[in-house]
Amino acid sequence: MSEPRVGVYVCHCGHNIAGTVDVEHVAEWALNLPNVVVSRENKFMCASTGQEQVEQDIKEFDLTHVVVASCSPHMHEKTFRNACARAGLNPYMFEMANIREHASWVHANDKDGATNKAKALVSAAVSRVIFHEPLEPMQVSIRPETLVVGGGIAGIQAALEIADAGYHVYLVEREPSIGGHMAMFDKTFPTLDCSACILTPKMFDVGAHPNITLLTYSEVERVDGYVGNFTVRVRKKAGMVDQDLCTGCGSCWESCPIRIVDNVFEAGLGHRKAIYRPFPQAVPKYPVIDVPNCTYYKSGKCRMCEKVCPTNAIRFDMQDEVVELEVGNIILTTGFKLFDARRVPNYGYGRLENVFTSLEFERLTNAAGPTEGKIVLRDGETPPQSVAIIHCVGSRDRNYNTHCSAICCMSSLKFAHLVMEKTGAQVYNFYIDMRPLHKGYEEFYHRIMDEGAQFIRGKVSEITDAARSPEEDGKLVVVCEDTLIGQQRRVPVDMVILAAGLEPRADAQAVGYMFGVGCGDTGFFTERHPKLDPVATVTEGVFIAGACQGAKDIPDSVAQGAAAAARVLGTISKREVALEPIRATIDEERCSGCRICNNMCPYHAIDFIEEKGVSRVNPALCKGCGTCVAACPSQVITGAHFTFDQLMAEIDGILVDVLSDQPIVEAV
Amino acid sequence: MSDNGTFTPVIVGFLCNWCSYRAADLAGTSRMGYPATLRDIRIMCTGRLDPTFVLRALQKGADGVLIMGCHPGQCHYQEGNYKAIRRFALLRRTLRQLGIEDERVQLHWASAAEGVQFAQTVARVTEQIRQLGPLDWARNWPNEDPYAVEEAVHE
Repeated sequence: MSEPRVGVYVCHCGHNIAGTVDVEHVAEWALNLPNVVVSRENKFMCASTGQEQVEQDIKEFDLTHVVVASCSPHMHEKTFRNACARAGLNPYMFEMANIREHASWVHANDKDGATNKAKALVSAAVSRVIFHEPLEPMQVSIRPETLVVGGGIAGIQAALEIADAGYHVYLVEREPSIGGHMAMFDKTFPTLDCSACILTPKMFDVGAHPNITLLTYSEVERVDGYVGNFTVRVRKKAGMVDQDLCTGCGSCWESCPIRIVDNVFEAGLGHRKAIYRPFPQAVPKYPVIDVPNCTYYKSGKCRMCEKVCPTNAIRFDMQDEVVELEVGNIILTTGFKLFDARRVPNYGYGRLENVFTSLEFERLTNAAGPTEGKIVLRDGETPPQSVAIIHCVGSRDRNYNTHCSAICCMSSLKFAHLVMEKTGAQVYNFYIDMRPLHKGYEEFYHRIMDEGAQFIRGKVSEITDAARSPEEDGKLVVVCEDTLIGQQRRVPVDMVILAAGLEPRADAQAVGYMFGVGCGDTGFFTERHPKLDPVATVTEGVFIAGACQGAKDIPDSVAQGAAAAARVLGTISKREVALEPIRATIDEERCSGCRICNNMCPYHAIDFIEEKGVSRVNPALCKGCGTCVAACPSQVITGAHFTFDQLMAEIDGILVDVLSDQPIVEAV
Repeated sequence: MSDNGTFTPVIVGFLCNWCSYRAADLAGTSRMGYPATLRDIRIMCTGRLDPTFVLRALQKGADGVLIMGCHPGQCHYQEGNYKAIRRFALLRRTLRQLGIEDERVQLHWASAAEGVQFAQTVARVTEQIRQLGPLDWARNWPNEDPYAVEEAVHE
């Protein structure tokens, strides 16, 4: 091999780097590093002029390797790889030194320190890059089928977008019906549209769509494979009803003698039968039998539903069914869990009977709910004269969740409107800050103020039934410091609504683990980039949308569902996707067959070839973590682009004595 | 390199691509200051960290090594950081036998959202190594042959 010829480019990034790092000095100094034949500075390397400079130099100086010292490789590595490729150089013969995020921006008060660090990082990159080898991205084909996990509004939107574009979608939902939280709501803010009226047509479309296979009452058990070629195992729980025969007529649940408190759909306020469908507009229309509560499974008697079923659709011996789906992409839309208001003991939920959660109130005010839409106290008949709505319950509170739940301000305003409209009661909103930040929200806030709702700024310390005066007698007293007047207040009311926050699902971590998606510090799924890539994840082919990614309202969930669908459709229409060639390979000639690496791999990508007595990596399954590379006692596993030689050279290079250009040890 | 009072250590960092390298990026984007002592190397996962790398860094003049990865349970590759924990425990035993103080080689976690924690960790580790003074291991290392280190590890 001829001598390597390295080109170094040090970026000013306007003042972002040059304001702290002595860019000219770094560029000049880099010229003395081994193998460097050209070293330049540039105002903006990512601009077309910067990229063209690289391309021109590759041709003119016959460069074999390129180093750009600028921002994070997560920002512009692709940009410069492409520039190299345009000039005919393999894109992997490039290395980036991050002297912005990791130097100029964090050492603004230490210009010498920042400059020295920049020099060390450039030296490391130059030292490493000469060990780079040309790599070719792996092309894998994309199956056109998509899996959507979670049938709330985000999942419905994603499924419909993809199905309407002509591709097949499997929609998996844990409950017996799709619809999610939105199906439980009465009205939606700020337009006060009836939630069911705008949701049910979409649910119906999903149920009837020829391109959608609906798997309700089902859960994903296992995911194998990689982008374009996932194999997903789904357990269809036995609903004990033959869906080919059932017409959804309702005779079974009308005759079922068992009444059970419905903690899921009716938030504990209403009842359902042991054979049930969650709500009248459920999709699919078929009921399921709640086995633990069914008399037949307890005592072997009853079978009432079987007797009345006109089509003989009841199957008491039905078993769970496990199906395997082959899909190219996966969208997770698993939604949120409502904060359990019992965790705030001083608010008395569960102890003081007229303290309600927001979801309970949604059911209370819903015309299809347990009170047929009448807003009444827990006794089921008395309308309240006065109602307090407590914002930020379990949100923006270090004791529970630090994040803002994003929807509670607006849903509280909606509750205020509904209470005033239906009962004429006086409404008090206790808020920390009002955050009505989307289109039409501020206007809605003003409308509710104009309608006469009271707003008290302060965090409620306690809700109590211990009266201190005759007017507090028999009331719930909301105790709060009104921070606008600087006084402690006690507000007696008949009913309290706690605007409980949105939390990640209890099993978010386990679900994320199964799909290769991490959870951030608030517990919601982590997106690839918080601003520029909000629906992709670090696992290629797995996308997230809706409230599983972070607390959000319906319009944002719909937008994300559609965005994730667009990303999936993009990969489907390209038919194949290029994977980073960062993969492990085993030198079979030198492999001793010890099999230590076999169990190291979290993706089961390493197989032992019995007849040869060696291990082999399946490049399609390998994700390039390098765990096996570090574990191999014979050092015969190569982790492409992070090889032993490359990293050793990087260590040697980074320990350059920045005052000369000698390695530190030699300079001692 | 002078006496302990004004000594500025050189620390080699090994940061995983998905969490701690991004935490460092976030510290940068958010302009959180920390000492310019860390010279960081990106690896895809702390599971890639061959203990040889740490010995090489110390041999070549680093005063300390800071390894950072995703929090346990949040590894992008599911369990690479658990592998790193185990290897680190063994490495630490070896380092103790060689007379290297525990503070010089440390393993910490930072999620991609923890720029503050990243900056604080670098500041804390820098201060600890500053207190210890220069390592000067190169002078004490008996064998000039760089591959002697690797062999020592693999034996």
